[in-house]
Amino acid sequence: MTIATEERQKYVEVKNLKKYFKVGRHAILKAVDDVSFHIYKGETFGLVGESGCGKSTTGRTLIRLYDATEGEVLIDGVNVHRKMSRKELKELNKKVQMIFQDPYASLNPRMTVKDIIAEGIDIHNLAKSKKERDEKVYELLETVGLNRDHANRFPHEFSGGQRQRIGIARALAVDPEFIICDEPISALDVSIQAQVVNLLEKLQRERGLTYLFIAHDLSMVKHISDRVGVMYLGSMTEVAESDELYDNPLHPYTQALLSAIPVPDPDYERSRERIILEGDVPSPVNPPSGCRFRTRCPFATEVCAQVTPRWTEQRKDHWVACHLYDDEYKGNFNR
Amino acid sequence: MENILEIKDLHVSFDTYGGEVQAVRGVNLQLKKGEALAIVGESGSGKSVTSKSIMQLLPKPAGRIKSGEILFEGRDLTKFSEKQMQKIRGSEISMIFQDPMTSLNPTMTIGKQIMEGLRKHQNMSKHDALQRAIELLDLVGIPNPEERVKQYPHQFSGGMRQRVVIAIALACNPKVLIADEPTTALDVTIQAQILDLMRDLQNKMDTSIILITHDLGVVANMAQRVAVMYGGRIVETGTVDEIFYKPKHPYTWGLLSSMPKLHSKNSELLAIPGTPPDLANPPKGCPFAPRCPHAMKVCTEFMPEFTQASDTQQVACWLQDERAPKVEPPETIGVGGAGR
Repeated sequence: MTIATEERQKYVEVKNLKKYFKVGRHAILKAVDDVSFHIYKGETFGLVGESGCGKSTTGRTLIRLYDATEGEVLIDGVNVHRKMSRKELKELNKKVQMIFQDPYASLNPRMTVKDIIAEGIDIHNLAKSKKERDEKVYELLETVGLNRDHANRFPHEFSGGQRQRIGIARALAVDPEFIICDEPISALDVSIQAQVVNLLEKLQRERGLTYLFIAHDLSMVKHISDRVGVMYLGSMTEVAESDELYDNPLHPYTQALLSAIPVPDPDYERSRERIILEGDVPSPVNPPSGCRFRTRCPFATEVCAQVTPRWTEQRKDHWVACHLYDDEYKGNFNR
Repeated sequence: MENILEIKDLHVSFDTYGGEVQAVRGVNLQLKKGEALAIVGESGSGKSVTSKSIMQLLPKPAGRIKSGEILFEGRDLTKFSEKQMQKIRGSEISMIFQDPMTSLNPTMTIGKQIMEGLRKHQNMSKHDALQRAIELLDLVGIPNPEERVKQYPHQFSGGMRQRVVIAIALACNPKVLIADEPTTALDVTIQAQILDLMRDLQNKMDTSIILITHDLGVVANMAQRVAVMYGGRIVETGTVDEIFYKPKHPYTWGLLSSMPKLHSKNSELLAIPGTPPDLANPPKGCPFAPRCPHAMKVCTEFMPEFTQASDTQQVACWLQDERAPKVEPPETIGVGGAGR
């Protein structure tokens, strides 16, 4: 990356985003609680974390599939969550597309592949004639590595990897600028995962797409992302460029997460020291006070329960929310 | 070391509306005493069907063992009646299933579910069984076992439920433990806990383990020996070091190269083109031939035999034949997944 960060255009800006769900009469589930980050134009931003950490909710709230409880999201300078006319909303939907996790559930089984892919083209009137519409569909099918004979078939005739390709073709149909990939490869076999990831990377190079890549597979996220954000229980714990994050993880949670990944290398597995976290992720309905990770953190002290950690830049472009690195609280730890 | 379990030329088929699906087509496997053997492969490669055949848990009447032997301590399990199998299941061979959310009975307390096997197989009194259940919960790392034993599955988290499933599986000190994707449904930090626990228990109890998984990281972490399955057949077996550092089969090369390396710089992943074969209509020759970059004419026509690559490594590939051209594995092979 030769362009200096200052000059790079922020395509997506998320500021203090909160998304709460009501569960039961009095309880509130804080799925996303005060999350801020930005995504530069043309990059891939990876979002990782364990199940229930709010990564998918963040992705969905970003494009108004959920209404935000508080905070704002700017996509290409436009505030997504303000009141919008139908026309404005349509414009937003054309710019931003999504690829879903489960290729078996995200395609309508009663529609042909052609109609699935062309749905966006129809809605946005992107084809003037039936012939142009067909041509567009054929072209998209070829772009994603399928062929035009597949157009008249139904989703059940395809394998998981092929279905995910159809999902990608559907997302590309309206010529989007920004694609949210919500665990696009977790339901696929290892050898097929690489095919889909390579396809996503190729499309990014050719079309200058911006991706938000949500996943729990940390090694794949590292492979595809330029920058990575780590979430835990609804809050962002660390954001950095992906090599920096994997080489110098600062937050104890990131360190534990990285050390937990089993690596396909027996020698390395035999010799490595693992940080094994105790216990489970607490409930987001009643999260711990202060730092949310403190109940499982090997370094936690009283201050972690009392004060919510500040979001600070520890190295260039490497942000972390942990008292261990905060000048004001550093003294409370003896490391 | 002696073989505790031996599978000889196993063929398993399913009768479906679309015709016969040959899920397992001639599998040979040996499990030695005290070792952890991993069976890796993609979905549909036949790894779970192989393990279910051992337990005689194939869905009846669709699934049936067509031929072959499964020798457990010299006795052929395929000849056993249901009644005889019930004596084996849970006491001598037990199983850990993939999804801890569905493999426990939601209407029974955890304690009752652990005690079930103990009472049945070992004729323990209620009191003794309860004591043993508490011990087992403690062994698998569940805090407060005296209280927890009275609780129901919904009061446990996913990782804790998998610990309970492991406790049930280990209750009668089985000789063989089959773990079918034991950590796939869990998060990474919980997966690390469970793998750690399983390795620890293996050392303590001297149980032989068959680990079924698609995650090569888990294999490197747990197993001593590996069998790679593809299209209903085993394509390569060897020690864990041989499979990871000196693999001989192009499918094993492909599997290893399609995974991103954690500690190296980004380069394009080497994907295996195409999709796995349809076992309703299995290929005549090597099942991997249509996707193999080194496929020759013979590969599509004849099934390759096993050749001995070392004392412990066997591979079924025509490239091993002396008449075949020399093919070097891709550069990514041999450096290990850590990418140093």
